[in-house]
Amino acid sequence: MSDHPLFQRIERFRRRAGRVREDVVTQAHGGGGRAMRDLIDDLVIRNLGPDLQADEDQARIGLAELMASGDRLAFTTDSYVVSPLEFPGGDIGRLAVNGTVNDLAVGGAIPRFLSVGLVIEEGLPVATLRRILKSMGEAAREAGVSIVTGDTKVVQRGAADQLFVNTAGIGVIPRGVEVSSKRVRADDVILVNGMLGDHGAAILVARGELKLACDIPSDCAPLHTLTQALLAGVDVHAMRDVTRGGLAAVLNELALGSEVGMQVDEVALPVRPEVRGFCEVLGLDPVHLANEGKLVAAVPADQAARALEILRAHPLGTHAAVIARCRAEPPGVVTLGTGFGGERILDVLVGEQLPRIC
Amino acid sequence: MRYVDEFRDPVAARKLVAAIEGQAARLDRRVRIMEVCGGHTHTIFKFGLEEMLPDGIELVHGPGCPVCVLPVGRVDDAVAIALQPGVIFATFGDAVRVPGSQGSLARAKASGADVRTVYSPVDALQLARENPGHQVVFFALGFETTAPSTALAVLQAEREGLGNFTVFSNHVTIVPALEALLEAPEQRIDGFVGPGHVTMIIGLAPYAFIAERHRRPLVVSGFEPLDVLQSVSMVLAQLLDGRAEIENQYRRGVKDEGNRAAQDAIGRVFELRPSFEWRGLGSIERSGLRLTEAYARFDAERRFAVPHHSVADPAACRCGDVLKGVIQPWQCGVFGTACTPHSPIGACMVSSEGACAAYYGYGRLSTARRLEGSR
Repeated sequence: MSDHPLFQRIERFRRRAGRVREDVVTQAHGGGGRAMRDLIDDLVIRNLGPDLQADEDQARIGLAELMASGDRLAFTTDSYVVSPLEFPGGDIGRLAVNGTVNDLAVGGAIPRFLSVGLVIEEGLPVATLRRILKSMGEAAREAGVSIVTGDTKVVQRGAADQLFVNTAGIGVIPRGVEVSSKRVRADDVILVNGMLGDHGAAILVARGELKLACDIPSDCAPLHTLTQALLAGVDVHAMRDVTRGGLAAVLNELALGSEVGMQVDEVALPVRPEVRGFCEVLGLDPVHLANEGKLVAAVPADQAARALEILRAHPLGTHAAVIARCRAEPPGVVTLGTGFGGERILDVLVGEQLPRIC
Repeated sequence: MRYVDEFRDPVAARKLVAAIEGQAARLDRRVRIMEVCGGHTHTIFKFGLEEMLPDGIELVHGPGCPVCVLPVGRVDDAVAIALQPGVIFATFGDAVRVPGSQGSLARAKASGADVRTVYSPVDALQLARENPGHQVVFFALGFETTAPSTALAVLQAEREGLGNFTVFSNHVTIVPALEALLEAPEQRIDGFVGPGHVTMIIGLAPYAFIAERHRRPLVVSGFEPLDVLQSVSMVLAQLLDGRAEIENQYRRGVKDEGNRAAQDAIGRVFELRPSFEWRGLGSIERSGLRLTEAYARFDAERRFAVPHHSVADPAACRCGDVLKGVIQPWQCGVFGTACTPHSPIGACMVSSEGACAAYYGYGRLSTARRLEGSR
């Protein structure tokens, strides 16, 4: 009976990779049946493979090889809810890969494996999802990480805003690497690898609410080759990626974490003229704008020149600069020496940065 | 960056500061100068100007932050309107977190009110066009600076026959507030740095009484740090000469007669209320603007049931004394402890133009250093 041509044809078709023929995602695509299989085969595996271990409920990772490259695992997770989904210089997929890669990288880890969770609002155009997953796959290949496991859910209209993405990542920290927000010393200097505020400005412009015509792409990029180069050349005490809350937030975290003071030199901050102008018009400050391809590193003052040289030799560090000096007093407080000759506190923002009203 | 960098030149700043030091030495007494406008307060702290000035020159921060002077009762009214079904409540971002007695607009939004942040009343008009099934209410705040744009939005709504657009007017005028300040027995202000943007609209004439009746100098100032330093120096020059005049430092933006077209727009749409409550200053006669009878259909206070309760400030909060320049922010008992930008008790801790927020966010170290030095 099982060798009847009809039966065999059906069985062959059952084993063929599925394809999504609809133009928008519907609840059926999250229902656990054939439609979901189609979505996973056609969109997820096709774009995020080939390391995706989709046949099992979990990814399996060999220990021996990991242990050969380091002595600790780094493990992190982040959720991405950016609006709009696509913007100049990136999209939510690329962001979800690079963001988690960077969270691993600034801990000194070599990023290796990612998981991907997708929460899709029904009605999302399949073409949009396809573009984003394709971009995500490309970003993972560029960053040298394997996407090994994942999950897809579809929720009712209104229960999510188009698409939310969660990624978790595992990396390996090589023996001897010790970066920590508690290790900043009073005689350290702080470096940044380039122009500040591009991502925040790009997103605000892309939202279209401000009706500003300017062309600022996001700086979304994976930083792990940069961090590895830096770690190989100097004694990095602390490293952080500069994301939401901007430079001000991350410096305050480091200052409080290590109980050291920091004085930022406003004139030394690398900011594109377009971003500066954008901030002037809206009453914003580049030190509070988000970034997605920037890090700060604390290194001993006598290694600053070497650190700067290493950063500037890397494509993601051409505009690197020494932006702050640490000091013992007052501990935990970040100040900004204004280009004008004054000095003021540089604190974290309460909520989102909003333009002043008059 | 052109038109910005030339007003932030550190070399020119040092020259001005040196001149101010010379003037202060010759005056040889403590001088208190009030910057009226919240925009100046912001500049002073953002660029660390206070720390650059000699010890004898004290900057006192005035009532020119529109969000700060909004009384608690009006915030409650805004929340009450925002919570009504079918309402889209359009507001400037600064006002979203100001605490009312029943919570802020941010809190109302979290409980389901449709509160939208806009950058101008024109954005609110657009919301009204796009949502014909909703009532769009614009939370109109500010001095003469923002009142003309609200007036123009109302006139545009009239032209388009928009039936779903109203304005909850909390516009105020600065001159009666200055008058009230100068009449207050506890004030000790030697001169004023006058508001640049407001004066751009109203011109210099309304300030004449400050020089004539109260014998205080007022210098209308621009908003870049060099503008403010130069204006301080001009006030000191008047004090040294024994003059009390209304001067205009901000000539590149302010004409002596103001902006007639903007004055006309305000005059067409708004009229003075008999009196209006200010946080800290109490009720001030003829200081608030409401829509005239002819534009009553665009007036949110007439379209919606508004509680109109007067609510006292929280007992511990001394925003009122800060706004009057009677105390400096750090002299308030809850400053930096119970009241911070993260959990504000008073409005002065909310707006980026509020004196308390500026001291906390930018100036707490220089303040501590100053206090340490004078101990």
